[in-house]
Amino acid sequence: MKPRARTVIGLLVAAWAALSARPAATAEDLVVDLSAPVVAITTGFTGADLLLFGVVGGAGDVVVVVRGPARDETVRRKKRIAGIWVNRDLITFEQVPSFYATATNRPLNEFVTPEFLLDNQIGVRSIELKPKLKGLDAVEVARFRDALVRNMQKQGLYARQPGNVTFLGNRLFRTTITFPANVATGTYGIDVYLVRDNKLISWKTTLMTVRKFGFEAGVFDFAHRHSLAYGVLAILIAAVAGWLAGAVFRRA
Amino acid sequence: MQIYLPIAELSVNVFLLLGMGGGVGFLSGLFGVGGGFLMTPLLIFIGIPPAVAVATEANQIVASSVSGVLAHWRRGNVDFKMGIVLLAGGVVGSSFGVWLFTLLRGIGQVDLVIKLSYVAFLSVIGGLMFSESIRAMLRRRKQTPTKRHHHYWIHGLPLKMRFRKSRLYISALLPLGVGFIVGVLSAIMGVGGGFVMVPAMIYLLGMPTVVVVGTSLFQIIFVTANVTVLQAVSNQTVDVVLAMLLLAAGVIGAQIGARFGSRMQGEHLRGLLAILVLTVCAKLTYDLVTTPEDLYSLIDTGDHR
Repeated sequence: MKPRARTVIGLLVAAWAALSARPAATAEDLVVDLSAPVVAITTGFTGADLLLFGVVGGAGDVVVVVRGPARDETVRRKKRIAGIWVNRDLITFEQVPSFYATATNRPLNEFVTPEFLLDNQIGVRSIELKPKLKGLDAVEVARFRDALVRNMQKQGLYARQPGNVTFLGNRLFRTTITFPANVATGTYGIDVYLVRDNKLISWKTTLMTVRKFGFEAGVFDFAHRHSLAYGVLAILIAAVAGWLAGAVFRRA
Repeated sequence: MQIYLPIAELSVNVFLLLGMGGGVGFLSGLFGVGGGFLMTPLLIFIGIPPAVAVATEANQIVASSVSGVLAHWRRGNVDFKMGIVLLAGGVVGSSFGVWLFTLLRGIGQVDLVIKLSYVAFLSVIGGLMFSESIRAMLRRRKQTPTKRHHHYWIHGLPLKMRFRKSRLYISALLPLGVGFIVGVLSAIMGVGGGFVMVPAMIYLLGMPTVVVVGTSLFQIIFVTANVTVLQAVSNQTVDVVLAMLLLAAGVIGAQIGARFGSRMQGEHLRGLLAILVLTVCAKLTYDLVTTPEDLYSLIDTGDHR
């Protein structure tokens, strides 16, 4: 057994014990935790898996929604001009999550209605994406919205399929959240919903962070905070490297 | 083995980058060109954002030009006076180019302009080089002598200056203008501009071939250094990790390429280079005119943060 899996089971048992030990706990309680609150981007970063686990207080289905830090996103459509494909029309959407993934213990359509999904913004079709400009043609907005989701899916930032929430027994559940290598840094919100009879019984929000660490973080911060010094240093490194190469090969 | 590039913000295989650096370095050593015009499209092709590719390549060219100019300097093949005049034009041109680049990035058209510039310049230069090398090969057989100096209207321009090393007495406006145009290209296309500079120096300014490459490299160092700093300041798109990997492999490839190149005939080399240039150009043109897989795309305008 992997050490990580062992700690997780340990934590699950602890969570379970905590929940059962508390007499005041109602039947609808929901306890959630992550294997790590931080995803660290370091030199060898190729993406990361994070384990989310928890305990439900009562019967029901579990839905997990992960949202990356929001930002404005501009979608452009190409048009053929004089034989060349050129970016023309654009729509900018506000507060677009830079990452979006869901996980459920069984297919959503088996236990909730499409209206429920829309109300709670569950699934890529239900994410609320508003154009920055008002009064745009609704059909056009829908086209650009689909294109936005499609492009995010192509980059691996929006999940195409919901992930699996696995129940271990009646109360314990776990799921794996997979982050690709191109994830944005920032604070991620993870909402866990307990649903019964198409109704939201209980929900919990957990926050986690994606951060650059060590050398990567240093380079990025330096480039953004002291961009002039960074540029000058970049030239100096290049000049020294070039001079060294010339000197070495001259001797060889 | 994957490495996460801190500015490009994605992870790329180290060996792919080293292979690209070495391969382009080999070709640049073989043909005596900077290789920026090959590397920048390659970087974009493997998924590096164009803005990062252009700015980082400028940084890498600083290194390759420094290592190249040293050899020419030792042989006394650098016309510093001419280099400084070209450079003056180049600094103004590249500053204007970075400003234009930032503006185009803001309106989401920078990718198109980069690609169009490549298509325009590579097709003209490639075509000229190809026909010239064919003519040279034919001439070699016929052994007809060629005329060295041509006289155009441009030789009547004011502000005449004497360039002893190049044995020229021409208007300073000429090298200034050439420097300016190459500077703009350098900023927008992420190239040193040697492929424009060298023919312009030979055919337009009439410089002796022996000092052309050294002088061109000399001014490229400063123009690309200027581009690097300006891109770093206005777009924060210079990825030093990427630049280091490319140049480490690039300098080695260039040395090997140079040894191969010294055994080949000049016009054959130019003919091969022309074919290479035209191939890159054809690929870029193809991408511009064929219907893209998805007409919609997310545009990096550089204002996410």
